[in-house]
Amino acid sequence: MTSAVTSTPRRPRFGYRINAVGVAGALIVLFWIVVAFAAPAIIPHPIGDIVDTDYFGPMSRELWLGSDYLGRDMTSRILMGARYTLGISVAAVIIAGVSGVTLGMIAAITGGAVDMVLSRFLDALNSIPSKLFSLVVVAAVGSSIPVLIVTMAVIYIPGAYRFARALAVNINTMDFVVVARIRGESLFYLIRAEILPNIIGPVMVDLGLRFVFIVLLLSGLSFLGLGVKPPYADWGALVRENIGGLPYAAPAVIVPSLAIASLTIAVNLLIDNLPTKIRDREAS
Amino acid sequence: MKHRIASLVLARLAIALVTAIIVSFAVFFATAMLPGDTATILLGQAATPEAVEGLRKAMHLDDPAIFRFLRWLAGVVHGDLGVSYANNMPVAKLIAGRLVNTLKLAGLTAVISVPLALTLGITAAMLRDTLYDRCLTIAIIGVVSVPEFMIATLAVLLFAVYLNWLPAVSFTSEIRTAYDFARAYAMPVVTLTVVISAQMIRMSRAAVIETLNTPYVEMALLKGASRGRLVLRHALPNALGPIVNAVALSLSYLLGGVIIVETVFNYPGIAKLMVDAVSTRDLPLIQSCAIIFCFGYLLLTTTADIIAILSNPRLR
Repeated sequence: MTSAVTSTPRRPRFGYRINAVGVAGALIVLFWIVVAFAAPAIIPHPIGDIVDTDYFGPMSRELWLGSDYLGRDMTSRILMGARYTLGISVAAVIIAGVSGVTLGMIAAITGGAVDMVLSRFLDALNSIPSKLFSLVVVAAVGSSIPVLIVTMAVIYIPGAYRFARALAVNINTMDFVVVARIRGESLFYLIRAEILPNIIGPVMVDLGLRFVFIVLLLSGLSFLGLGVKPPYADWGALVRENIGGLPYAAPAVIVPSLAIASLTIAVNLLIDNLPTKIRDREAS
Repeated sequence: MKHRIASLVLARLAIALVTAIIVSFAVFFATAMLPGDTATILLGQAATPEAVEGLRKAMHLDDPAIFRFLRWLAGVVHGDLGVSYANNMPVAKLIAGRLVNTLKLAGLTAVISVPLALTLGITAAMLRDTLYDRCLTIAIIGVVSVPEFMIATLAVLLFAVYLNWLPAVSFTSEIRTAYDFARAYAMPVVTLTVVISAQMIRMSRAAVIETLNTPYVEMALLKGASRGRLVLRHALPNALGPIVNAVALSLSYLLGGVIIVETVFNYPGIAKLMVDAVSTRDLPLIQSCAIIFCFGYLLLTTTADIIAILSNPRLR
């Protein structure tokens, strides 16, 4: 970290300017990440304990976010829910990103039949609506957290592939890549040293957007009762559990939705306000 | 040049066909991979080894998967979708009524959301960077980044709980008057309209802005054309292709939307049928619903692409 600052005299490493809205987005995202890690240490009540004599209790000094349909503490359940929503989504986006982007770069560099077959196949995969795909998978193999992670990853591989491929095709025609190729560098070297460093910014931004889609899809699935299963509960599952409280406008059904919205909107705001230097390298 | 358009459209149709085959293959195998033997499940209590053996033979379950797939595909083409495990009714019969309901919901949503979204999208592009445009953009970011069920629950909170205009989450099948109809459909349609419109406004706004940035629009501006004329006569005709493309693409989001909306509002449509089928693991039903959804989606995206090809003046 320190050496990076001294070695670039012209422009400090963290010389990017991010406006206030972007910073706000980043802070909210950071908040949820910290919560996801620290949840077991900071929850006021164990998530399984019934602490309220009433169900769908209102917000109070004791129970900040009220109680759920069994009288359990909502604050604790939401804090713990962050682990599942964030954990599953992050794992899925990492798998989707690594495989999609790698395949995309391989397709762009190799070209020809490999490119054709990969593109056709992943396009076909892309033409299955995402909710439907996950419904079919859940019907076939049941829903457990590893299955959910892999399913979400598979659904978003084609998108990551397409984006990375489009960028990599452009880089691939540049002189330094041609030179590297003439030097006889291996495929792995070309990916690691020539293509990846030149597309990593936009690719990360794209993966950020995909992360939002994954959070939404996961929440939707859990809401349908086909995602994260009890005793675990992510935010979507919390909404489903407490949907009975909707006619009473119970915080138990509103707050988990707000948690999802705060996370996804924050990521969107952060991405929209990233400096153009990182963001704007449009896929053609 | 006619020839070139025709070949592009044909190529797109061929891709759609190949995709349809790959997709039905994928759906068939995802459900065929299910652990547990179909014959044993079907027979339930009466699953003696002989009975299982007999049924396996009768259902051709011992054939290689590829033959089963082809037989199933042939059935689908002929309208024979198999028999539901859960209640032994032909799947086609179960689906028919539900499909009509879903199409009703989707059609109503489209009729309302397309004019609404296009008006908003085009005016937003005309009044770019004004307060109106910025508010709309923020609202859209809000809508597209929250899950559909949240919009549905907000609609319930607003219309049923606070305003008390509509009954809370329940769908009545007794529809006699137009008033009943409006009451029953209001919330599902409003929810879907919000979800779909957000996408459509965003895409149509982008399409119009893109054409407004072209040299010929600048030329029209320089020659002194009014703002309205600029948009309506010069930009819009050229943005029409991308806009129609955007409409078709946005309508494909309906498919994802109805899955949630039908569940929330207990609407007797095909998506609800499929979600229930997933809970009971009723494979033939899941396969058929999935195929219908995929083909509907494919139809919309293919239409969108073909419109994009046809409307590109450079290919004419």
